Amino acid sequence: MKFATLASASALALSVVAFTAPASAQGRDTIQIAGSSTVLPFASIVAEEFGNAFSNFKAPVVGSGGTGGGLKQFCEGTGDNTIDIANASRAIKKAEVEACNKNGVKQIVEVQFGFDGIVFASATGKAQFALEPKHVYAAIAAQVPVDGKMVANPYTKWSQVDKSLPDQEIVLVIPASNHGTREVFEEKVIHPGAVSYPEIKALKGDEQKKAILGFRQDGRVIEIAGDYTETLARLAAQNDAVGVFGLSFYDQNKDKLQVATVGGVTPSLETIAEGKYPVSRPLFFYVKGEHIGKVPGLEEYAAYFLNADISGSGSPLVEAGLIPLDDAKRAEVLKAVKARTVAQGS
Amino acid sequence: MSDITADGLVTGSPTRIADVVAKSLVKRRAKEKRFRMYGIAAVAIGIGFVLLMFGTILNKGLPAFWQSTFRLDVTFDAAALNLPTRPVREEGQSMAAFQQTLYEWQNQVTMANWNGLIQTSLQKYLPDAKPASRLRALVSSGERFRLRDMVLADPNLVGQTVTVDLLADANVDVWLKGNIDRDLADNQYLLSPDQRAWSDQLYEQGVIRMAFATSLFTNVDSRSSPASAGLLGAMIGSLFMMLIVILVAVPIGVLAAIYLEEFAPKNRLTDLIEVNINNLAAVPSIVFGLLGAAVFINWMKLPLSAPIVGGLVLTLMTLPTIIIATRAALKAVPPSIRQAALGLGASRSQSVFHHVLPLARPGILTATIIGVAQALGETAPLLLIGMSAFVANVATTPFEQSTALPVQIYLWQANEARNFFEARTSAAIILLLAMMMMLNAFALVLRRRFERRW
Repeated sequence: MKFATLASASALALSVVAFTAPASAQGRDTIQIAGSSTVLPFASIVAEEFGNAFSNFKAPVVGSGGTGGGLKQFCEGTGDNTIDIANASRAIKKAEVEACNKNGVKQIVEVQFGFDGIVFASATGKAQFALEPKHVYAAIAAQVPVDGKMVANPYTKWSQVDKSLPDQEIVLVIPASNHGTREVFEEKVIHPGAVSYPEIKALKGDEQKKAILGFRQDGRVIEIAGDYTETLARLAAQNDAVGVFGLSFYDQNKDKLQVATVGGVTPSLETIAEGKYPVSRPLFFYVKGEHIGKVPGLEEYAAYFLNADISGSGSPLVEAGLIPLDDAKRAEVLKAVKARTVAQGS
Repeated sequence: MSDITADGLVTGSPTRIADVVAKSLVKRRAKEKRFRMYGIAAVAIGIGFVLLMFGTILNKGLPAFWQSTFRLDVTFDAAALNLPTRPVREEGQSMAAFQQTLYEWQNQVTMANWNGLIQTSLQKYLPDAKPASRLRALVSSGERFRLRDMVLADPNLVGQTVTVDLLADANVDVWLKGNIDRDLADNQYLLSPDQRAWSDQLYEQGVIRMAFATSLFTNVDSRSSPASAGLLGAMIGSLFMMLIVILVAVPIGVLAAIYLEEFAPKNRLTDLIEVNINNLAAVPSIVFGLLGAAVFINWMKLPLSAPIVGGLVLTLMTLPTIIIATRAALKAVPPSIRQAALGLGASRSQSVFHHVLPLARPGILTATIIGVAQALGETAPLLLIGMSAFVANVATTPFEQSTALPVQIYLWQANEARNFFEARTSAAIILLLAMMMMLNAFALVLRRRFERRW
């Protein structure tokens, strides 16, 4: 019967699929990367150029999932269906190194390849912002010190926070905690802003932490779990809002966004590279040492990433918004990669 | 008030009854009319939304099928390129060693100054443009590899002048199409004022023209040169997944349905199975994604981001649809056919495979196609099995990493080069919708042509 043959043929095909699966999973020839969505555009560019430049290697596959998600996947173990590289917009933590070690991932090679700036931007056509960390803290905290006492945040307009700021409703669109950006935002903006108040500086331990990181819940702080396009869409819908973006995203969308100064410094490649602009962070990727030599091109990819033509000044990555390392530092990182120096975590 | 007698006759004034009827008639007619109006309004709103959606997508997406393209006479100047000579396999050299030298040679060829060729040919049109590197940046950065591939394919090109179509940079395309406001301040553009002026000038001279964007169909996704980002990888990925769905879900689904409908005894157990199949059809697709990640990747150790995993997950999702629809198609075959077959001495499986199944085939095919069309557009479960990765290769087997069409749409809409990718995303949506409509139309044709009614 025709149908029966068709059915048995497809059943056969099914079993072939099922049985060849484990066999062909062995010996993966494509580097697999996952992690930070901030690093993703840079890593994708390098992956593509790498595939073009080396005819003997395939372009690596770059997934996202956030810094935390990527490192979690990275630490799941070794073998063909674990990832080879985790992209991270912060350094790996001690706890993550321990989790890695427990699953047999011991050679975690850290590669720092540049910096990224975090900027505050508002829709074009609205007022210009000149922010200080303490302004942002006062706008975002659930409780702020007024006359020596902690009170529920009374500010509804920026001009109430500081007279120099525009008379505009306070709405802040910030990345949710799945983003590495959030951590930098808290560490480099909110924390210094908070401790500039003597009342908060005087607090101790958990109480201080709570006072600093307790954000207001009255709808003026919007957390975005998605990517920067979502933040931008928020700004388009809520014209008064101020959003937190990566410098590279802002660079690509200057037709819709205007950037705020922080501490009087306008964020740019130069001011961040010189360390004048306060809200920046190093970008990393972590290579699984156990996979070097097994997955073809892994070490070459790391070295290629650190090539001056790729991530040095004037390179495609810098055009895409990366703040490059200086040549000496890059050479140092490259040496550590070649020596497979193992990261300890922080 | 009128009284109704026991035999149903109405006593009292007849005019009053006619009044009551007439009055209620007006009301009933109005009600009827109102209901029709509601119906028409509902249909109109529905169609309105569909038209609005298609209108905006077509409006945004159709221009993306044409793309700013340079037509340049490129001279493959031997001196400027200074290509290394292609290695020849030496006596006694092993194949692997030769392959290695060949790779090294290819890598060196890639390093040659291809950009210089583009720059020189552009300078013919704008000799005064300074700095020339900024002029060269008008051409998409990945196009240098196109020149390289031409020479690798045909080494005799060196020394010749060839007319080549090269894609313009994404920002040039955005500028020329007016997808960015033309009255912004200089620092709000990614192109410098002179680059914008050059683009306009070259467009007027006809050096840049709007050509059909074949790159959309022949290229894989790209981030280093967004202008050349295409859907080939995603389409191949989707194709593999559809094949897997058809190969796996159809036999399992049809056999399960035949057994349940024709052979299984009707008892508590089969009732339970039936209820659960219906439940399964209602499970949100993201749950299948979680299941797929746990079973196929973590337990069965299938590769990440591969169409095989995506296909199997979509199979799970499509199975209940196929089972339910196949059972309905089998049920629609009148019992007299089975009885006639059995009466003539056919065995039960003969009656099913020789008589019932051929009659139910159009229904089964329709169900399969609709199930596959549904699976084609599914995104959520694919995100959970790592298919949202950036892949710059075309998968040649279902075990290689790939994206899928709907995931590519998801990735493009989040791309930071928003002005360029907004249109590109809509173009991808148009393609996906076109494919779905083709599948659905195919299903409709099958049903119309082969369906038999009793």
